[in-house]
Amino acid sequence: MLGLNKKDTMFLLIVIALTMATPFLMQPFSEGSALAQFNGGYPDLMAKVAIFGIFAIGFNILFGLTGYLSFGHAAFLGVGSYSAVWMFKILSLNVFPAIILAVIMAGLFSLVIGYISLRRSGIYFSILTLAMAEMSFRLAYSVFTPLTNGETGLQVRPSDVQLLDGPNAPEYPNIFGLLISDSYKWEVAGHVFTFNVGFYFCAVIAIIAFYISLRIFRSPFGMMLRAVKSNQNRMSYTGLNPRPYTLAAFVISGMYAGLAGGLLAVMDPLAGAERMQWTASGEVVIMTILGGAGTLLGPVLGAGAIKYLENIFSKINETVLHDWFAFLPDSIEDVVVFILSRFTGHGWALTLGLMFMLVVTFLPGGLVEGGKRFFGMFKRKPKEPDDAEHHPETPPHVAE
Amino acid sequence: MDQIFLQVLNGLDKGSAYALIALGLTLIFGTLGVVNFAHGALFMIGAFCAVTLQKILTLSKITIDPTKTDFLGNPAKIKTPYVEGWFGPDMGAMIIDWSVPMAVLFSIPVMILVGFIMERGLIKHFYHRPHADQILVTFGLAIVLQEVVKQFYGANPIPTPAPAAFKGSFDFGVMLGIDANKVIYPYWRMVYFLFSAVVISAVFAFLRFTTFGMVVRAGMADRETVGLLGINIDKRFTIMFGIAAAVAGMAGVMYAPINSPNYHMGMDFLVLSFVVVVVGGMGSLPGAVLAGFLLGILESFSSMNEVKSLIPGIDQIIIYLVAIIILLARPRGLMGKRGVMED
Repeated sequence: MLGLNKKDTMFLLIVIALTMATPFLMQPFSEGSALAQFNGGYPDLMAKVAIFGIFAIGFNILFGLTGYLSFGHAAFLGVGSYSAVWMFKILSLNVFPAIILAVIMAGLFSLVIGYISLRRSGIYFSILTLAMAEMSFRLAYSVFTPLTNGETGLQVRPSDVQLLDGPNAPEYPNIFGLLISDSYKWEVAGHVFTFNVGFYFCAVIAIIAFYISLRIFRSPFGMMLRAVKSNQNRMSYTGLNPRPYTLAAFVISGMYAGLAGGLLAVMDPLAGAERMQWTASGEVVIMTILGGAGTLLGPVLGAGAIKYLENIFSKINETVLHDWFAFLPDSIEDVVVFILSRFTGHGWALTLGLMFMLVVTFLPGGLVEGGKRFFGMFKRKPKEPDDAEHHPETPPHVAE
Repeated sequence: MDQIFLQVLNGLDKGSAYALIALGLTLIFGTLGVVNFAHGALFMIGAFCAVTLQKILTLSKITIDPTKTDFLGNPAKIKTPYVEGWFGPDMGAMIIDWSVPMAVLFSIPVMILVGFIMERGLIKHFYHRPHADQILVTFGLAIVLQEVVKQFYGANPIPTPAPAAFKGSFDFGVMLGIDANKVIYPYWRMVYFLFSAVVISAVFAFLRFTTFGMVVRAGMADRETVGLLGINIDKRFTIMFGIAAAVAGMAGVMYAPINSPNYHMGMDFLVLSFVVVVVGGMGSLPGAVLAGFLLGILESFSSMNEVKSLIPGIDQIIIYLVAIIILLARPRGLMGKRGVMED
């Protein structure tokens, strides 16, 4: 189906099912129960997971396949956001023109940056992208203030004239009249599930993005990108020029980032320059690595895990911790709470940094490899053939 | 003329900071072959050494003076720092006043220890991993260090003044017979520049004129052969890591009076110092120093109003622009050796 073999079709169907069921999956605990604070099923968070999933999928097409570590992808996210908000301001509050322009602008921008940066590889490439992104960030703050509205950030105002919108058009981003912020709450047996238009819009786009990345991974083009990663010299000796392939991968991942930026603007029609700062680029690197670079599902898992944990950890403050450990004697309770509160609440970034270090050190394949190792423990190993020489190890099927 | 002179002076202190950080980065890269994204964090820890020493010295005994009342009508509390109690008020006040210069001495053992722990505990395991992995794990470490400092000292900048003796400024205009009040340069910035010059020369002299330095240089050139000669080169490289950490730390301590330390100052300097290293040439120590001062001075020139009106926004991006041009035109940097990190 859709140009995929049976296994991949199943894989895609599972991903679609999981994505569509996110409002249930992220809301496993009933309201009012002690565990309700672990619920993540509110629209804003779910949409963020989908959006950053798209961002990470795109980043993975560059980093996971070609091995080029870009530290400047946030610039494309920012460009996407700004173009989307400009579309909202001058053309229409319908989301489609905004997203299309966001993707196109980010694509053009990444074409320019990629063309320049890809002249170098390795750490020089990382620093070139970093320098480019930092330049765009600073310019967005200073010289381009008429375009970006500087520190205040660009936003839609009631005085803006949307050229295509009629007099009765809604005043908020919408899909042909259906407001992004609309949601339907379903209460059943103490559970509250929220189905939000914005989230489902992002989810559908995320599935399309995932499908495209699946096709790229399985295509000859994807094979070329892997060749760039494994041995660029050998690739050029065979008479292939790696540059067009890497540039194409760079532009595709830039367009993904622009799409994610446009969707961020759709969910909340506001764009600020801090989205372009290099720490934001670092975030998507962390997501991709944490989930598993070079795998299909890894980046989505990483984005989901980080956004979910960020939300939950930030909510756990000292009062909550005192509640949890109330069963301990007071003196021990205070010590435990003191230590744990360093890692929760405002200390979330500390946990993230530690988690990231541990993953890079011990689990270079990220969550996906962790899962594989975990399930591998329960599987019986196939018997090793006697003479290894005549049974060369089959290379592992990349990206699953 | 006086404008140009002023901008060169202004560039010197920032350039000194860049040069010191880039020097440490290059030392680590040249010896251990590790791209250390946590080097900015070491600079930040150095600055917080100054904050810590200042806090320790100003620890106070609180006595209640019943004869006076504060604005709420309670008896006034009088804080007397312990050092003033021990050494007498004048001597004690002077010790507190000089806390930043003293923090330099305090920071050296601390930073060497931090460097050892970092190298032995973490970076050792990454010698044979790709550069991307090294960047990632040290980036994670930088986040962790920065967050730990934030937990202890809060998110706000902490003012750490220089000794009162350095409060004033030079008026070069008067000295050189140009107009007065045109070329004003604070004493402390001059101190910073001189200090960094001393540290940089000390590092170079150490590498040049001691046996230890000779072995390290030999190891930088050909690690395997030095190992084959029966020299434990790993141990020496670890010590060099400690020294690089100490250089970054001292740069941080002395920078504290110029910019009040806050927890993300390391990240702010990190990107710039990487750019400096690349401009100077990966693995080239003189290149790092030269590029540091060069970029510092370029940055202050581009913030002149005349230049800004010519090319708007140039002061924000000049360093990155230079880095991009250098990387594209001459990827091994100003003084880089052929073949280092080239492909």
